Amino acid sequence: MDSESRIPTRMGDGELVHMTRSEIRADLEAGTEAAARRAKVPPLTEDELDHLLDIYGSPARFTGVDIGTEVVLSYDGSGMKTIASRRQDLQIYEQWFGADTIELHHVDYSFKPVKAIVPFEAQEMHDVLLRVVAPVQYGAQPNLGLYSRPDGPVPNWAELLPLGQIAEARAAQEEAVPMAVKDMVYVCEAMHEAGADGVDFDTSAAAGDADFLATLLAVEEVRRRCPEMGIEVGMSGEFVLGMHGEVEYDGVRLAGLWPREQMKLAVRAGASIFGPVVNVKAGKSCAWNIARACTIVKPCARDATIPIHVNVGMGVGGVCMTKYPPVDAVSRASRACVDILKVDGL
Amino acid sequence: MQMTRGMRLPEAKAHVAEKLGVSPPDLSDPVIMNEVRETLGFGRITTFEISHPTQPVAIEAKFNIEEVLGVPVNSVRRFEARTRGCAQQNRRERTGGDAT
Repeated sequence: MDSESRIPTRMGDGELVHMTRSEIRADLEAGTEAAARRAKVPPLTEDELDHLLDIYGSPARFTGVDIGTEVVLSYDGSGMKTIASRRQDLQIYEQWFGADTIELHHVDYSFKPVKAIVPFEAQEMHDVLLRVVAPVQYGAQPNLGLYSRPDGPVPNWAELLPLGQIAEARAAQEEAVPMAVKDMVYVCEAMHEAGADGVDFDTSAAAGDADFLATLLAVEEVRRRCPEMGIEVGMSGEFVLGMHGEVEYDGVRLAGLWPREQMKLAVRAGASIFGPVVNVKAGKSCAWNIARACTIVKPCARDATIPIHVNVGMGVGGVCMTKYPPVDAVSRASRACVDILKVDGL
Repeated sequence: MQMTRGMRLPEAKAHVAEKLGVSPPDLSDPVIMNEVRETLGFGRITTFEISHPTQPVAIEAKFNIEEVLGVPVNSVRRFEARTRGCAQQNRRERTGGDAT
């Protein structure tokens, strides 16, 4: 008969389950081993697994880091025009939520659509900056896919690939990259002139390696034109998908890169903050997922020369894939990332 | 410090703490930081019950932040450029000559 008490904990899909301490420990070990095999990185140490067990073996609704070890909380997608206007929502994030940085953005959260309304967005940025103390960055997604048909002018490589038209698919992506770079640089420069403290290239590499290339090239050019600007590169997945397969940045092939190698290229391009992502497996426990996430990100955080802000949220960084991530899951994952990875922010 | 200087957190905390005259752990103590922010004019949380009408807020506070921390704040630079330019032009028009 099972004599261990059962502890409330979450699955990756948000379901509240009850597991014994032994079961949670087994999941932590399985998660780190799976990550080590997949990403070819060292597994977490026994001490680190013990600490994660302390966090995930607690029945508390909420947990937090030790006093004095707090990190910076940067927000993508804040000021959503949820309660009031965008500028008022950003003030709410600063005053009521204690956000360390806030992000102005447009609901159509990609650089391509924002390009067409840059003066309006820059005006909003100008006005927001007069009303807040916290640093304000402008956020959008590179979203290379928007440059393919029907949304854009180039052939749709996602349709060409299943047809076996590899060369045509590659050519289409190569054609889209400079278009995306031009738009991203245009928007970022406008925000800089409006007074923005930084920009956030959110979900970089969402459309694969060519998307990541466009991001890095844009970062490079923005850094050249705006030397003092904060540039955050936030990823979309744990490794870069080889939708093209052969694009390179500075002699490094982008397909298949994991967070540590992603970060190194972001640094080379001129980023000031890097946000790694590890996707959640919904069928596994949050304990399994956080062990996996910490294992994959650990080399990145250890070797980084710029701040690392791990993406911890809906479906990433060990947090459940639910519309309203429960605070028990979010606080555990956040604390785990801070305690184990010694990250600079979330 | 992270955004403009790419400092990792321990270095950033040490830098800011030194500038503010506190220890790094003090930076996340709201009791201490409330006093520091009042003294240095960095802006604070205001509510109906807790108002600071004579204290710097928003862009005003950022001028003080730039000065004390020694980091460039883009919005402050832009504010200076925009207002100095307008003020000079206005003075020129009023005096009918060199505003300086």
